[in-house]
Amino acid sequence: MTVHRGRGFAAINYPIGMNLGGDPSQALVHSGPDGKFAIALSSIDLGQGMKSVTRQIAAETLGVPVEDVYVDTADSDTGPHCMGSFASRGTHRVGNAVIVAAKEARAIMLEAAAEELEVNADDLETDGRGNIHVRGAPGRSITTGDACQAAQFRHGKTVAGRGIFLIPLSEVDPETGEMTPVSCYAHAALVADVTVDDETGEVTVEQVNSAYEVGRAINPRLVEQQLVGGAWMGLSHALFETTEPRYPDRSHGPVDFSQYTMPGPGDIARHDIAILERPAPDGPFGGKGPGEMCANPIMPAIANAVFNAVGVRVTALPITPEKVLRGLKANGGARPGPRR
Amino acid sequence: MTVEFRKDLFADERDDDLVEVGKPTRRQDILGHVTGRSPFYDDHLFEGLLHMRCVRSPHHHARIRSIDTSQAERMPGVARVLTGADVPNNLNTLLGLMDFGRDDEPLLSTRKVAYRGEPVAAVIADSEARANDAVAEVRVSWEELPCVFDVEEALAPGAPVVNDTYPNNSFDYHDTYDHQKLRFGDVESALASADRVIEGCYEMSPIEQAPIETNGAIAAPETNGRFVCYTSTQALFFSLATASKLLDLPSNRLHFIGGTVGGGFGGKVDSIVEPMALLGCMLTGRPVRFAWDRAEEMQVGAPRGAERWYLTDGVMNDGRIVARRFTGYFDAGAYTRLSSYAIIKATGHLPGPYTIPNVSSDILCVFTNRTPATAMRGFGITGVDFAIESHMDVVAHEIGMDPVELRILNAYRDGDMKPHRRTAKNCALIECAQVAAQKAGWTIGDAFNAMASTREGGGERAAIPPTVTDRDGRIGERRAGRTGRGERRTIAPTPGQDTATSGTPARSGDAANYAHPAAAPPWQPGAVPQPPRTEEAPPAPQAPRTPAPGRYSRFATNAGLRRR
Repeated sequence: MTVHRGRGFAAINYPIGMNLGGDPSQALVHSGPDGKFAIALSSIDLGQGMKSVTRQIAAETLGVPVEDVYVDTADSDTGPHCMGSFASRGTHRVGNAVIVAAKEARAIMLEAAAEELEVNADDLETDGRGNIHVRGAPGRSITTGDACQAAQFRHGKTVAGRGIFLIPLSEVDPETGEMTPVSCYAHAALVADVTVDDETGEVTVEQVNSAYEVGRAINPRLVEQQLVGGAWMGLSHALFETTEPRYPDRSHGPVDFSQYTMPGPGDIARHDIAILERPAPDGPFGGKGPGEMCANPIMPAIANAVFNAVGVRVTALPITPEKVLRGLKANGGARPGPRR
Repeated sequence: MTVEFRKDLFADERDDDLVEVGKPTRRQDILGHVTGRSPFYDDHLFEGLLHMRCVRSPHHHARIRSIDTSQAERMPGVARVLTGADVPNNLNTLLGLMDFGRDDEPLLSTRKVAYRGEPVAAVIADSEARANDAVAEVRVSWEELPCVFDVEEALAPGAPVVNDTYPNNSFDYHDTYDHQKLRFGDVESALASADRVIEGCYEMSPIEQAPIETNGAIAAPETNGRFVCYTSTQALFFSLATASKLLDLPSNRLHFIGGTVGGGFGGKVDSIVEPMALLGCMLTGRPVRFAWDRAEEMQVGAPRGAERWYLTDGVMNDGRIVARRFTGYFDAGAYTRLSSYAIIKATGHLPGPYTIPNVSSDILCVFTNRTPATAMRGFGITGVDFAIESHMDVVAHEIGMDPVELRILNAYRDGDMKPHRRTAKNCALIECAQVAAQKAGWTIGDAFNAMASTREGGGERAAIPPTVTDRDGRIGERRAGRTGRGERRTIAPTPGQDTATSGTPARSGDAANYAHPAAAPPWQPGAVPQPPRTEEAPPAPQAPRTPAPGRYSRFATNAGLRRR
């Protein structure tokens, strides 16, 4: 038996948001009496960090510390409509709605500050640490809390805003497929290094090197979480998972995690990531959505690495040892490709 | 594991002087999550909570002769047994909210079942165990029917009809075709003149979303005739509107609460558990929990559907891909759910991140006797990306070119025209390929390292070519065994007039083969070629269009959607 090394490459792009548009999301922003802001949404936090991303976008736009923002979601009585958390649409759609709402609230906060400081609101700026000051004169300042309090208790104004983001629905031409699918794309390219055991057919992913272009990493740790998790999921799809291992035959469907195979801790490959940011013109601070696309490039990269290692082209996922062994048998043994 | 930010790339397009955006701020909800205090739907355990379990089909395809619930109703702890007759509006399609497709799926089936695990009744009891015991006592008389599992077999003449709403076993697009078309340029001619024609077939397997928290909902009576529903949904108002329709209840009598979900990955948009729990609650007057167990999540809950893709590339010896043809089959399982939508998404995605002057695709949404498919991470894209990127490797191998260099050579760039007739912008494929290769120590030629997404795109690459169209694959033809190649027409990018394009035909050398617009055939393609547009949102409609018929809340009453 021999363990063969192989290296495979794949590159992809990924459409951000619901295809064809027509999928609005809304946000409501308001300040409490002392300048603590609440963001009301009906978007879903699946664990991907919806609440955190919208909170950071709101803080950046309002010009207040992130600690002064709390995101409340999802109660249909209080949260305005959102199409949902799918299609890599959360950051892009909801983030933009939050920006619209936060800009409206910020303008009211700055008007109140201007009145308190007896200056023009256009001359004010926020430092993101809870202060509003006259541009060029940091000494003439008021806290965001005091400005919000003054707005409500002296000027009788709500420090609030409402936002919606909608990409209007595109039609689709039946004859040519002409359409406007989405407004921006994320990108990725990935190199997978594998070993293939020509006796057992087992494929082991040894190393992954990747580059992901995400527009803007609103929260780099959450992006990292998506990229690492997504690559794991893609590796799992490439080598392990299916609900129908004899597809299209319906027999042998797994019903629990002891039958539905997934990589264990020992199967996780080292993954070195580069993050690129080419801001999307219509993304919130340029942000796209890394959530879905990060799982895609590793599947073909692994298939291509297996071919490079032993000359077996597995065209149907998952790449099980059985398929590799059948391929080796058909080829009369391993046919290693060029070392890269 | 390492993570690096390549801030040097696209730096001139980015303002990095931000306060909060770009910071690794700790998540707002992390303390609750790591201390086990975050409330998920299943933490709302009302006093007197009842539990629901479903009676499911053991057959892949069967007629229901009768359902006898009398024995089950007498079982200890059983509060109620539901059948389809209890569902106020027992036929729905998820994308009905978008006016896309016809209602094709019952909440509880009454006449027949089309996949193993399809629910025909539901028992509500004071414990899950008692509900399960009673499920075993529901007597269903089945008449098994022939079934079909393979997408291409399902389209053959004589295959069993899976879904009565779509008797051809395929979704109807635009009320005209059994597939969605993409036509750009003249693929057949380009294949004929290419140095090499390279074919392949690739298949995506069905995959379980596998969230740790399975699908579930708890519904309870609220005051003033309202009902509250705690849910694991990925789309709160989508599930609320779906429940409102199935239960024939104004949407403001429903109060949905969710937002903290134990993973979704696309498997929590089908909105089945919510109307079921609510129906149980409405009919018993008590709180009802309906939660799938792991087996249901894996075999009854909709997976990522299987896809089969045939690719044919026309390639020149220098690595330029001059034509690419796709035929794709999405295995929707027994009902539409969201597969029809994913196909349009896939159509807009082709031919992948490359600029290829001649592209065509036919994608079919096929019904088979298996668990309905639904969304999963990368929906509509992941399967075809596996096909495209596997095929790129095949092409590289066949013509003896470095796989990274082949990608960079063919990569799309700012200003290029895509087959769906919008101009590419904000591209970054070349840079990703260069960086990934560099990180891995994969050496590519200097010329390829010097290329950029921002350079040498557009120009001739921005043109919409004269395009060959056809009327093949009209609804019903395939099932009738008429799959022959039909009449071809060429639509040229119209010079001048009100639909002028700024592009010139990319392959004008054999212009004689292309019909002049003045000699247009009596049947016209649905839309004339439009001026190239960048990938920006189309303008909002000026005036509200005719609202769609129906009394239930819809998110889109734009009549245009129904024509898709």
